[in-house]
Amino acid sequence: MKLFTRLLAATALTLALGGAASAKTFVFCSEGSPEGFDPGLYTAGTTFDASAHPVYNRLTEFKKGTTEVEPGLAESWDVAPDGLTYTFKLRPGVKFHSNDTFTPTRDMNADDVIFSFDRQGNKDNPWHQYVSGASWEYYDSMSMPETVKSVEKVDDMTVKFTLTRADAAFLANVAMPFASIVSKEYADKLAEAGQQAQFNQQPIGTGPFRFVAYQPDALIRYQAFPEYWAGKQPIDDLVFAITTDAAVRQQRLLAGECHLMAYPNPSDVPAMQQNADLKVDEQQGLNIGYFAYNTKQAPFDKVEVRKALNMAINKQAIIDAVYQGAGQIAKNPIPPTMWSYNDSIQDDPYDPEAAKKMLTDAGVSNLSMKIWAMPVSRPYNPNARRMAELIQADFAKVGVNAEIVTYEWAEYLERSKAEDRDGAVLLGWTGDNGDPDNFLAVLLGCDGVGNNNRAQWCNEDFDKLVQQAKSLPSQEQRAELYEQAQVIFKEQAPWATIAHSVVYVPMRKNVTGFVQSPLGDYTFDGVDITE
Amino acid sequence: MLRFFLSRVAVLVPTFLGVALIAFAFVRLLPGDTITIIGGERGVSPERRAALEAALGLDRPYIVQFGDYVFSVLRGDFGVSTSTYRPVLQEFLTLFPATIELSVVAILLAVAIGIPAGIFAALKRGTWIDQGIMGTALVGYSMPIFWWAVLLIIFFSGYLQWTPVSGRISLMYFFPPVTGFMLIDSLLSGQAGAFRSALSHLILPAIVLATIPLAVIARQTRSAMLEVLGEDYVRTARAKGLGPRRVVGVHALRNALIPVVTTIGLQVGVLLTGAILTETIFSWPGIGKWLIDAVGRRDYPSVQGGILLIAIVVMAVNLVVDLLYGLINPRVRAR
Repeated sequence: MKLFTRLLAATALTLALGGAASAKTFVFCSEGSPEGFDPGLYTAGTTFDASAHPVYNRLTEFKKGTTEVEPGLAESWDVAPDGLTYTFKLRPGVKFHSNDTFTPTRDMNADDVIFSFDRQGNKDNPWHQYVSGASWEYYDSMSMPETVKSVEKVDDMTVKFTLTRADAAFLANVAMPFASIVSKEYADKLAEAGQQAQFNQQPIGTGPFRFVAYQPDALIRYQAFPEYWAGKQPIDDLVFAITTDAAVRQQRLLAGECHLMAYPNPSDVPAMQQNADLKVDEQQGLNIGYFAYNTKQAPFDKVEVRKALNMAINKQAIIDAVYQGAGQIAKNPIPPTMWSYNDSIQDDPYDPEAAKKMLTDAGVSNLSMKIWAMPVSRPYNPNARRMAELIQADFAKVGVNAEIVTYEWAEYLERSKAEDRDGAVLLGWTGDNGDPDNFLAVLLGCDGVGNNNRAQWCNEDFDKLVQQAKSLPSQEQRAELYEQAQVIFKEQAPWATIAHSVVYVPMRKNVTGFVQSPLGDYTFDGVDITE
Repeated sequence: MLRFFLSRVAVLVPTFLGVALIAFAFVRLLPGDTITIIGGERGVSPERRAALEAALGLDRPYIVQFGDYVFSVLRGDFGVSTSTYRPVLQEFLTLFPATIELSVVAILLAVAIGIPAGIFAALKRGTWIDQGIMGTALVGYSMPIFWWAVLLIIFFSGYLQWTPVSGRISLMYFFPPVTGFMLIDSLLSGQAGAFRSALSHLILPAIVLATIPLAVIARQTRSAMLEVLGEDYVRTARAKGLGPRRVVGVHALRNALIPVVTTIGLQVGVLLTGAILTETIFSWPGIGKWLIDAVGRRDYPSVQGGILLIAIVVMAVNLVVDLLYGLINPRVRAR
């Protein structure tokens, strides 16, 4: 054991000295390879962690560790009283990075902002299809094409967005990775040289770290940008060591090969918490794992039946077995860290006897149903198969005979949308922008029936509240409506709300300044290593 | 000999078309498609689906897509990845050296240990040594790669700290790739300690990847050796009074090696399959890990291109083995 400690010390020393005595190198063991470096083209968190967060900035940013919006490249903004125009005043003196082939000649200005959005929404922009088959997935799925009427330059440092309808989540939307501000000057230069594809491989941004090199599937290197508008980072170099296997990431962290790791296996967390060289940060994930009945299918069209089944599920047992403690029971469709969460709501109690009686009273006997179990592991549901088995056993106790079905992931997503789907579906959602609308309207609104609304549930009162909240400018007023909507949701029980997961981030003891994002991003501005 | 060569090459044409068809059909038979995966939990509207299908050329009849694909491949165009938007061939060639490096070292390891072990087991036939070697080989052959790899990492990298956990070289060394082979590039870089670091990173993945071929080679060598040792000419050699070393090392081994060489040739396919798992666990940036990612993303051009390129490599190796056979053994040529 003495030898072990000595070797560990030696490794740590080599690693510390490795970056040459002066440079401070921070190594992040990431979970996968980025698909590219242009955030507009992608939807995966892994890709955003490597592109949008270190390299780019947005007009607005999420305040560290929260889903509140704060100024980013826009210093300030005005919203017209009707909520239809947003005028952003840009931050002066913001520099773009440079690389071997490009050195910026001017600071960031309105042209860059307009270009960043126009290329995504305007089919005639030459950069709309700069790589063949380019798909601006997030821009589309956040309904930007329908919401944004125009983006205009008022002067060099002022940009005006005109919307087709008031959308209270707009400021949060432009803080999302897809809305990263890219350099028009760089784009022009690449177009001139006929090297458009470089835009996705050698990113130029205004962010805290400058992209240096990517060795596919192995590592990504960044350097702190000395002229970053918010000041140079405390570390000098940032390295992403791509390590797909969670057990291997853990070993690398233990060996001191990296300072911080993404996504540990939940079962390994307790051992890491005990380890003297490590510390483990934890935070509630901005997500929900749910079990959606098909409210258009008999007998699940009856509220009493749905309520009774909800009461038959032993959620605590699920938290213990499936989340291995890394989760908390969900009573609402939005997570507790989100504003407007209605904490006064009482969850349906676990009471098999009462559930059985309710079913009999509703005239339901010998019920047979299907439980759909996702084939993949997600933070909001690490093991759907196991969860389905537990629910199956719970249902058996109240005389309901359940059969578990599953499909390959893409197939599962597609088939579970059908309005005539047979059975209840296990699925979940992770927030995009921290806005309740992103959960309540997307997952439970009438528009989503046959699509993201897996319960096929269209309740006019609920829908009206959620739609109305979207057009109100003040957060307090919106929160009030969302709180009412959650009451209706609980009464109507289109889902059994199962759990919100807890996200763990293990790191070496000497890491300081890392703040977890509720959105699940890994961002390293402000991170430091103490000796 | 020329006729033999041409006949072998002619066989490759239908093989190539067959593999291309299988690869093409395989990705399309997988449930789910590129566009559904792009949409994820959020989903894709029918209009967007139609637009994306048109952009990716997926709205055309399968036969047109396939024809277009084969002709593009013949011109050397393997298409563009739907996730990274880079040419498939370029991605493959960037990553392939890492796989070759790992595979070559693994096969050398397997041969260097497997053949002597097999010979030894044959000579000690029926003893506990034979049982021990063959038992170990059977265990090695049956070992699930992912489990074996993690076990080795925990013991050698975690507990003993003898080897690095994963990757190709320590992060402190940074130089642009020249050949793509880390052992060579690290020497070319002139950075002190780089080669050693590259070598130490190679040890565990090479052992893991070598395990199955090693077991196969050891078993094959043993049975070939036993067969040859029973032949008349070996008895004659012994009767002539030759020492055991010469009888085994020269007379018996030469003939015993013929089936072993075939086995080694066949291991190329096994190696590339094993590399997929090994690379994934050791974060080894080769084509195996790349292909797995591509399947997960339903990246049609990358999956079908990757399968086809791997098949081409295997076919090329087999062609070379066949030709070498023809050179070594005239009987093969006559057939």
